[in-house]
Amino acid sequence: MTAVILLGPQGPRPNLPQTLAALDIAGPIATVTAGWEERETDDLELDQDVGGQTINLGLFRRWVEVLDLDPPFHEAIRQRDSVLREMRETYNLRLDYAMQAVYAVQSRPGSRSVREAELSDAIEAVRMLDTHHFTATRAVYDDFYDRWPPHERPAVEAHRSDVAALIERAATVAIAGGHVGVLQACLHMFNVAAVLGDRAVVAWSAGAMAISPKIVLFHDRAPQGAGHAEVFDAGIGLCPGILPFPDARRRLRLDDPARMAVLARRFAPLACVPLDEGGRVVVGRAAASCPPGVPVIDKHGRVTGAAA
Amino acid sequence: MTTSNRARSTKLAINRLKETPGLDAAAVDEFLAARDVPIVEGSRVTFLYRGEADSVWLKHSVYGLPGDQELRRLRGTDLWYLVIDLPEGSRMEYKLDVVRGGHGELIDDPLNPLRSGNPIGSNSVCRAAGYEPPEWAEFDPDSRPGLLEQVVVPSRALRRDCVVTMYLPARFRRAASYPLLVVHDGSDYLRYAALGTVLDNLIHRTDMAPVVVALIDPVDRLVEYANHAAHAKFVTHELVHELETTYPLVGAREGRALMGSSFGAVAALSTAVRHPKAYQSLMLQSGSFAFTDIGNEHGGGPVFDPVVKFVNGYRDRPRKVADRVFLSCGMYEPLIYRNRSFVPLLQSTGMEVRYVESRDGHNWESWRDRLRDGLSWMFPGPHKLVYE
Repeated sequence: MTAVILLGPQGPRPNLPQTLAALDIAGPIATVTAGWEERETDDLELDQDVGGQTINLGLFRRWVEVLDLDPPFHEAIRQRDSVLREMRETYNLRLDYAMQAVYAVQSRPGSRSVREAELSDAIEAVRMLDTHHFTATRAVYDDFYDRWPPHERPAVEAHRSDVAALIERAATVAIAGGHVGVLQACLHMFNVAAVLGDRAVVAWSAGAMAISPKIVLFHDRAPQGAGHAEVFDAGIGLCPGILPFPDARRRLRLDDPARMAVLARRFAPLACVPLDEGGRVVVGRAAASCPPGVPVIDKHGRVTGAAA
Repeated sequence: MTTSNRARSTKLAINRLKETPGLDAAAVDEFLAARDVPIVEGSRVTFLYRGEADSVWLKHSVYGLPGDQELRRLRGTDLWYLVIDLPEGSRMEYKLDVVRGGHGELIDDPLNPLRSGNPIGSNSVCRAAGYEPPEWAEFDPDSRPGLLEQVVVPSRALRRDCVVTMYLPARFRRAASYPLLVVHDGSDYLRYAALGTVLDNLIHRTDMAPVVVALIDPVDRLVEYANHAAHAKFVTHELVHELETTYPLVGAREGRALMGSSFGAVAALSTAVRHPKAYQSLMLQSGSFAFTDIGNEHGGGPVFDPVVKFVNGYRDRPRKVADRVFLSCGMYEPLIYRNRSFVPLLQSTGMEVRYVESRDGHNWESWRDRLRDGLSWMFPGPHKLVYE
């Protein structure tokens, strides 16, 4: 069974080198550092960490080139993204009210049974809103791809061929963190999922989010206070059943079980998996759900091992 | 804890010194060498001065405290002291007035190394318990610096060439599209409120979106910033137009903001009032929003006359001049009540208002300390999208 491995942030003590060594797979490593945007090529340290055998796929550079070479396609993307931005703002507006209702019900005194029934219903309302936004977002992309099939754009097609050939030479694919929106856009644009074959994939931080079934954005400790976790889009779905939360200790209020319980219930049956520095989750490509023993945020808001 | 120990722990250091048997210069030396001055003990702060003088006074502008407070001389020594209450989280700027032979000399506190700068000099700084200068305002070697460059914008409205300092964020790209922030008293914001460092850090940490900032300076501040038609015309029709032609900017209301403090806040608001369709956001710090409810006595002198006229007019006919307004003020400023009263007024127009107070006065470090609140609210960063 081919491995998909999710890692936490690769800070001062990266565990990527040991992870790759443990895989014991000979051959070059194709790297995706598109999430670093303009810093995409600042990958010397990464290359050295894994023994100097990386092939950077250069997806961000390719993305910029496509936009430069194909102005009508660029304009269509700009218009699509403008619609998506407005949808996201509206979703967040509705989400704020819906989540306020959840927390208000959750903290209400009185009968526990009444409160729990109302809380379940309030969370269900949020889940419906999440589903609506996810579906609507996917519909915008589907419509875009119908009208602007990327494989019919010569600039895209040339890069897709290049990327496929580079991945063909690699034994493993490593996907770094960074800007998850940019990363996801690049992975889709150059159709990376379709050419991975049975190679092992190691992904960390935003990379882990981008290969999950659903990308959920979060930050409980932002300068303007805690925001609500929000559904952003679909990932490329290499780790079924898992919703990664990178750098969870710093970004999530793990010390607030009530808040974490809502998070876990809201996204169930996906398992909310905190991925901190040093963290590692190994998933079989054929797995249908989160493997047992992986730390997850449970329905009580505590971090525990996933049920078998 | 024994009773005597408890009494010792609650007794102020200066009172313990008073009780020292045979108090002499050496004891005072030892006392000062062991402490930061002013001495902060809970909410009690002891100011000290050492030297021969006829009298020594604490001079400050904390609204609510007596203006000049005299230090007392510790019997048998040349040490002068004054104890005041300063609530947790406070920050206070002050000077000492040392009077000898009938002549006072206004000085920074020689026993306190903490200073703050301002366009007319410096002040000593007292940090009360619980106040910490924000780490995001300190130089961070990990933060890639933005670029500062100067441009000259000819102004027919102001009848002069205006030198404008431009801040371009790190990794500035011509292919991108940035919002524009126009900052009044821009050079002072750079020099005394560490605005460049703050922008570098907040953008690096994804706490705010990359922005292009135009830092402008007046020639005759009290005229140009007091609801001056030519200034508003310069900013809106000349400066913004020129910059949107030269730099990769959003180039629409959604991508424009104005900022200023004190009279600069009046300039920002009055510019938006004169051009209500031009700007999305305003950041107004300790605005000199003087007004009268009846009559013309405002106590601010002639320079405030046009400000009062403007503010009275806006209070009579409040209207939406931007989508969002960030307002901040120090609790220790006389302007606090005027700024507080502005919040419901601005909200009544349908503008989204974020209001923040701090236990500080009318000074540049107070404005520095609120920069993250305002800038990250006006230009939310992609922190929810970035996971390194």
